Amino acid sequence: MKKPSFKVIGVSSAIAMLTAGVVMANDPVRLTVVSWGGAYTQSQVRAYHEPYMAANPHVQIINDDGSANALAGLRAQSQAGNVTWDLVDMLPSDAQLACDEGIIMPIDHDAVLAPAPDGTPASQDFLPGSLGECFIPQIVYSTVVTYNTEMFPADAQPNSIDDFFNLDEFPGRRAIQNRPAGNLEWALFADGVDPADIYDVLETPEGVDRAFAKLDTIKDQLIFWTEGAQSPQLLADQEVSFSTGYNGRIFDAAEVEGQPFEIIWDGQIVEWDGWVVPYGDNVEAVMDYLYWATDSQRLADQAKYISYGPARASSAPLVGEHADLGIDMNQHMPGNPDNFFSPIVLDNDFWTDYGDELRERFANWMLQ
Amino acid sequence: MTTGVQDVAETDAQGGMITADGKPLKASLQRAERRRKIIAFLFVAPLLTYLMISFIVPIGQMMFRSVENPHIISILPKTLAALDEWDGQGLPDEPVYAALAEELAAAQEDRRVGPLAVRLNYEISAARGALTRTARQAGNMEAPFKEQFLDAHRLWGSPEIFRIIKREGRPLTASYYVSALDRTYDENNNIVRQPENRRIYVDLYMRTLGMSLGITFITLLLGFPISFLMASLPMRHANLLMILVLLPFWTSLLVRTTSWIVLLQQQGVINSLLVGAGFIGDDGRLSLMHNMTGTMIAMTHILLPFMVLPLYSVMKTIPPAYVRAARSLGATPWTAFWRVYVPQTLPGIGAGAVLVFIISIGYYITPALVGGQSGQMISNLIAYHMQTSLNWGLAAALGTILLVGVLILYWAYNRLVGAENLKLG
Repeated sequence: MKKPSFKVIGVSSAIAMLTAGVVMANDPVRLTVVSWGGAYTQSQVRAYHEPYMAANPHVQIINDDGSANALAGLRAQSQAGNVTWDLVDMLPSDAQLACDEGIIMPIDHDAVLAPAPDGTPASQDFLPGSLGECFIPQIVYSTVVTYNTEMFPADAQPNSIDDFFNLDEFPGRRAIQNRPAGNLEWALFADGVDPADIYDVLETPEGVDRAFAKLDTIKDQLIFWTEGAQSPQLLADQEVSFSTGYNGRIFDAAEVEGQPFEIIWDGQIVEWDGWVVPYGDNVEAVMDYLYWATDSQRLADQAKYISYGPARASSAPLVGEHADLGIDMNQHMPGNPDNFFSPIVLDNDFWTDYGDELRERFANWMLQ
Repeated sequence: MTTGVQDVAETDAQGGMITADGKPLKASLQRAERRRKIIAFLFVAPLLTYLMISFIVPIGQMMFRSVENPHIISILPKTLAALDEWDGQGLPDEPVYAALAEELAAAQEDRRVGPLAVRLNYEISAARGALTRTARQAGNMEAPFKEQFLDAHRLWGSPEIFRIIKREGRPLTASYYVSALDRTYDENNNIVRQPENRRIYVDLYMRTLGMSLGITFITLLLGFPISFLMASLPMRHANLLMILVLLPFWTSLLVRTTSWIVLLQQQGVINSLLVGAGFIGDDGRLSLMHNMTGTMIAMTHILLPFMVLPLYSVMKTIPPAYVRAARSLGATPWTAFWRVYVPQTLPGIGAGAVLVFIISIGYYITPALVGGQSGQMISNLIAYHMQTSLNWGLAAALGTILLVGVLILYWAYNRLVGAENLKLG
């Protein structure tokens, strides 16, 4: 009984291997795309994945919400020699580290990415400074302070970063992200430092002390969040009266779910986010997907589902209304002039240089 | 009664016993014994292989990672050789910079600067920036190199980075353990304590130990009466109680933890009940979570079955006649309970306490979700270094210290109480 069945398996798998070599183009491909989960992944699914799969039925895209630990995951997979992620959504500073370590692919932007509709090459079309050696930006997002309007009297609502640090007039617990980036900038901003000078001050030990001293003033009211989905949750539960958070998630909670949240655009921390390609098995399929998913129209499409700004100049005029709600998305974008009055642009070089030391100090400060 | 061997045995020329087929009895017995051993081993072999692959080898790897240090010695051998000449005072001379330029350029070629930069950054802040930035320029540098290095990054003008390269230029390192014990190296490579605002791990180990002991004690306090009741009630009622203990035990850990979030948060069930009943005002809601209280409450609940089950199984076997005999001999109820009953439950108390303590000392998910900052345990920091700071060497050192700590505690327990007194059922 046993022997013939083994033979059958052997023959059939040999045939399978032979045919695999012949029918390349329509071979089913499974792409594992790693992203941040929640409303953000949902916007990618609707703007990119679903239309792409409809046009390329042999491709199946699988979502993995692993981006919060993307660098660790990439390192582990590359050390183990078993890379299972095909495309990863990550922050530019982490992408630079991964690139330096040689675990993700360098990108020749003009060869790999679609030009703008008017023929401008990709390297000219993406926002200045946003393209990285191994990094293709998708969105401009910002981390903002948000509050629950129900937790303050209607005639005394907060509206600035100063108010966030003002426990006397605006009592209640606050949630901040459990990392120093952003929080130290806000502390200095609230302490009276001009946004343009923040990183000069933060480069000095006295500046760091000053930032931590400012954070100390609200420390016993602080809760720390790790995942992007936590901040709208904490606000909705009224566990905190303020929380910092990603503007798109707050938008989603406020507009789609109807939560009573109000964004304080004062001192918004602006940053990019985008794709990197690990050295995996499906590179060809990934590149085909990338060319399509990062063209001007597609990046503008993502803004139909979440209030993150597209990273290409040629996408901006294409941004319109929310796909389900029909509201104009432009007024919710971080880059809208009404919102962009005192932005702090996150300095990735600074955080690459000083990040480890400050993260360690921040972790100690949190636990003490 | 005679045995089979004697039946067939005859005596050979030397007077030794031989079996029916003419072989010496001794050899024949040995062979039979060996076969028995092989068969016994074959029964154990799958488990042993499984344990080796999934448990012993990874733990060994983890422990090795806490001392492993290959990058500097493999990428910068010439720089290290040149540094031999350097006395550690002031900046090194031109040959060191020349060797460094050559090796950084080569490392840049085959993309090995990243791991090296990461490794050095654990020891000195901004080393990552200094190395990656300099390595990009290194290919175009020409002699003399020292000036260009000083221009490339401020760190090359400080003797400290060269001291670190020299110190860590060995295949094994102690520096992860040095950091894990809140120590650091001073200018003369002596190990000294970290400045006050950077001491963190030792306190956290102590906190973890304290919380685990506390949780063990509370579970014992809550679990003992329940087990006692279960063991003395008739089966029908005992089973009902047993289901109440087991039901949460069967529920997913994550579900139970998130349920505690719903119960404990400021607008949560418990606070709302207290406000509704008028015990506290609406502005005086208790902080039951995002702190140590939350961790203790949730973990006590989650670990309670691990105390109740061994206690119950031991109490079930204690004959009620002993306590009755003590009472009939004139003991007060308290004396009968304390001097006759409790000593017999000790194996169960021991087993429950060891289980709860060892599980809680490595607990991770519940503190992460309800602990806030003051309710974090050492495992949360190990996870932090695994996932966020990516300092796997330090994570491995912290983990190894935890492992050794638990082994020492178990050894002490064994000396004091005796592991053979553990009884799980």
